Amino acid sequence: MEALYAATTGILTACGVYLILRGRTFPIVVGLTMLSYAANLFLFSMGGLRTAYTTIIGANMPYADPLPQALVLTAIVIGFAMTAFVVILAMRARGDLGSDHADGQRSDEPREEKQ
Amino acid sequence: MTLLLIVLLPLLGTLVPLIGIRAGRTYCAWLTALLPAVALGITLYLAPLVFSGNVPQFFLPWIPQLDLHLALRLDGLSLLFVLLILGIGLLIILYARYYLSEQDSMGRFYAYLMLFMTSMLGIVTSNNLLLLWFFWELTSLSSFLLIGFWSHQSDARKGARMALTVTGAGGLSLLAGFLLLGQIVGTMDLSVVLQSGDQVRSSPYYLYALVLILLGAFTKSAQFPFQFWLPKAMAAPTPVSAYLHSATMVKAGVFLLARMFPVLAGTDLWFYFVALTGLVTLLYGAYFALLKQDLKGVLAFSTISHLGLITMLFGLNSPMAAVAGVFHIINHATFKASLFMAAGIVDHECGTRDIRKLNGLWRYMPYTTALATIAAASMAGVPLLNGFLSKEMFLSESLDAHMLGGLSWLIPALATLGSVLSAAYSLRFIHDVFFNGEPKNLPKKPHEPPRYMRLPIEILILLCIVVGLFPSSTVSGLLNAAVTAVVPAGYEPEIDLAIWHGFNLPLLMSAIALGGGILVYALRHYIYNFHRQFRSQDPNVIFEASTQAIVRVAQQAIDRFENGSLQRYMFWLLLTALGFSAYGLIESPRLSGNLPAQSIDWAVAVGAGMLCLSGLATVFFHRRRLISLIMLSVVGMLVSLAFARFSAPDLALTQLAVEVVTMILLMLALFFLPQKTPKESSGRRIMRDVLLAGAFGGVVASLNYAVLTRPLQSISSFFLENSVPGGGGHNVVNVILVDFRGFDTLGEITVLGIAGLAIFKLLNRLKLFMPSSDMEGRPWSPERFPAILASMAQSLLPLALLVSVFIFLRGHNLPGGGFIAGLVAAATLILLYMARGVEWAQQRLDFQFQPIAVAGVLIATLTGLGSWVFGYPFLTSAFGHFHIPLIGDVELATALLFDLGVYLTVVGATLMILANLGKVTTPHRPSKEKR
Repeated sequence: MEALYAATTGILTACGVYLILRGRTFPIVVGLTMLSYAANLFLFSMGGLRTAYTTIIGANMPYADPLPQALVLTAIVIGFAMTAFVVILAMRARGDLGSDHADGQRSDEPREEKQ
Repeated sequence: MTLLLIVLLPLLGTLVPLIGIRAGRTYCAWLTALLPAVALGITLYLAPLVFSGNVPQFFLPWIPQLDLHLALRLDGLSLLFVLLILGIGLLIILYARYYLSEQDSMGRFYAYLMLFMTSMLGIVTSNNLLLLWFFWELTSLSSFLLIGFWSHQSDARKGARMALTVTGAGGLSLLAGFLLLGQIVGTMDLSVVLQSGDQVRSSPYYLYALVLILLGAFTKSAQFPFQFWLPKAMAAPTPVSAYLHSATMVKAGVFLLARMFPVLAGTDLWFYFVALTGLVTLLYGAYFALLKQDLKGVLAFSTISHLGLITMLFGLNSPMAAVAGVFHIINHATFKASLFMAAGIVDHECGTRDIRKLNGLWRYMPYTTALATIAAASMAGVPLLNGFLSKEMFLSESLDAHMLGGLSWLIPALATLGSVLSAAYSLRFIHDVFFNGEPKNLPKKPHEPPRYMRLPIEILILLCIVVGLFPSSTVSGLLNAAVTAVVPAGYEPEIDLAIWHGFNLPLLMSAIALGGGILVYALRHYIYNFHRQFRSQDPNVIFEASTQAIVRVAQQAIDRFENGSLQRYMFWLLLTALGFSAYGLIESPRLSGNLPAQSIDWAVAVGAGMLCLSGLATVFFHRRRLISLIMLSVVGMLVSLAFARFSAPDLALTQLAVEVVTMILLMLALFFLPQKTPKESSGRRIMRDVLLAGAFGGVVASLNYAVLTRPLQSISSFFLENSVPGGGGHNVVNVILVDFRGFDTLGEITVLGIAGLAIFKLLNRLKLFMPSSDMEGRPWSPERFPAILASMAQSLLPLALLVSVFIFLRGHNLPGGGFIAGLVAAATLILLYMARGVEWAQQRLDFQFQPIAVAGVLIATLTGLGSWVFGYPFLTSAFGHFHIPLIGDVELATALLFDLGVYLTVVGATLMILANLGKVTTPHRPSKEKR
């Protein structure tokens, strides 16, 4: 199960990275969201993969590691705030520059990308 | 402690003129002089102690980790310099009172001057290499302010910048040299370093330390090839030139040579670097001093020349030459400061410094003429004046230099040539300016300066004569004390400061110098004509051009990486991150740990498969943005299920709620953005990105696997044990959030609030592209608010809000809490907005969301601060059991109040983001007018 979990995290990361490397803002926002899912899964698994454990005291079950859970919980909310900020920034950039390219070109013409 | 006062009083003195200027200009000058005068008194009080061979010290630990301490010492060399700096400084304060015009800000000038004085005093009294360097840099900075004092003049600005660049760069080199020296010796303590000369000279790093430290000294003392900044610094007011460029700042470099003499001198390398640099500078400066038409320019180049002379003396590796060097430092400071001040008087009273216009001033200012003549005679090395004594010592020492083997005769020959030129430009300075016919076209009619403007010169000239006539009874004590600090113990030479040594070779050389000087001056027009065939190059132009060239090269280097494309930066960033994390994996011996693998059950297998597929689908459809977004929402849902599966109900609930609001947000945003992504990446680019993404995913997966298969060592047992007795809650995750790590959470909700406010601001007056149809060209549905959704949303509202409160209240003991409850409430309200439209909702929710978010942060902060009232650290929680009628036994904690803050912040921020985004198409859009 560990291998499967790790592979899933890896695939989500790869998807996120690929989208982040795109030129337009919207795929980048989608990529960031994807990457934050992957990061959250990764961080969460630092406490180990436990099925049928609990973090409630006195629930008569073995205890799972609560610390990564607390960290990931805040990470999810912060991730939302950042996604929101970036996507509104993208809207603003499009409004002000007339383009949704990440490099902020003023036209929608595809540009010769510098190597 | 008294030692500290010598440095501390002038530092306090920087404030005096700024306040004192209100009392008038004369009072301001007197008040400014007060503290340095006290410092001078303290120095004189300590002087007998130093003469008797003691070294007063002061030590106060500062940053022990860096071996940087406030450590001061007052040995003979320091004493000599402190006297020079304070004595001449006081004269300059007096002189500047009359030199500065009404338009100049006198308070500012004196403040800079005192800052400079402090830093110079710090250099000469430091007993710690790093502290010395600290003050060294402070002189560069304060001299920048002084040179650029007339900041409205372009010359002043350029000169100041050049001086700062050159001496500042030298300062960095000096720092490197000192660090190396500190490494060799093992401490930054100067008194230890001074004892470790043999250890340093035999170290393999000696060459590097030597070169780096010499670079620092040579840039500061304007040695060839760094001499060019000094003439350009003449754009400063003359009191500054007199102070910085005669007595102090340029002397910091030769001070360093003297200071480091016991540590670094004595080797062939030292001779070649120091003596030859000094010799070249001596000749270069003297030659150009003869050619300059600007009065201060002549003095600037003669200063360069004399600094070269002093440097050369220290380079000769003989104790007696070092004595001569120290002696010439004193003499040069006295006659050059008075010459600068005389030049300032001429400039002040005639309105020009052009030698071609200035002639025959003796008729108009006979007294100044006499003073300047004596000073110039001292500079030329005329007998019975102090300059003669040190110059003769210099000539006699040059005869003893044998380091050039068969060519050693060159050194005395060139030294004599330098003296000839020195006599010639001294003669020119006097004859051309004060005699030689009548002045031409002067802007002002010249006359004698105010009485007190001359006083500083008179004092210095008196010193020149007294020292020149009675050297052994005046300066020999000071010189002896200084020499013990410079020359290694046991090598102190017998100092014989007689005027008459009988007929010998040095006397003959002196005579040649004076006679040759007169001859060269008489034949000067041949030299001018000869020099005219060279195109004169302004060092400013060369300096600016080379600066720009360096900037251009740097810019090109930067542009290779930084071409303005964020896409490119992202690539480099990810590649670097990949490199580092891959390196960590390569270092570990094997991937899997020794934990037994858990078996896969079908639910997990299906979930993981769907997760991977939907992730890949998001990428595959990324050009069709809506489909991609729907795929992304599937990923989010499955992640939420994964959390639920792996015993994290709080996370699952949070993820679920966040997923809902994120999707609504992205849908809304997509409405205003293009619906499709144009195809613009080349095949190569896609290949590159796929490879990078794949490698990244591989590394992350390997890391994850490596961690999962290794035994877990967690600090969580502490939280599990203390959650109930310490935090009063059974849900450990929630207790960690609101109690154990409450400070983190406070920071986090603050960020959330700030993000909401920033978005609100970004939406302000946003120019929008409103599509009138969808991407297939179909118009939007006329059925904007479907009836079923509307009625459902409305009837769900109270229930959902109730659920939200319930989740909030139980959060401390069961899955839930402020974050989740807040998100649920926000999602409910947004549903209402979507179902009934902004217009409808706005009428019923007629309030701003910003105050709610701010209030949330405030409540959380105040809860934290509340614990201070009871004498506990910030964010200590208290709890107890209460019986509430109808509800029953309830455990209440202050953490609940904190969680309320979290709740309100989440609701406020989320609605601020989403509701405001929804409103941008309506008259309720955020704009400045509405607020």
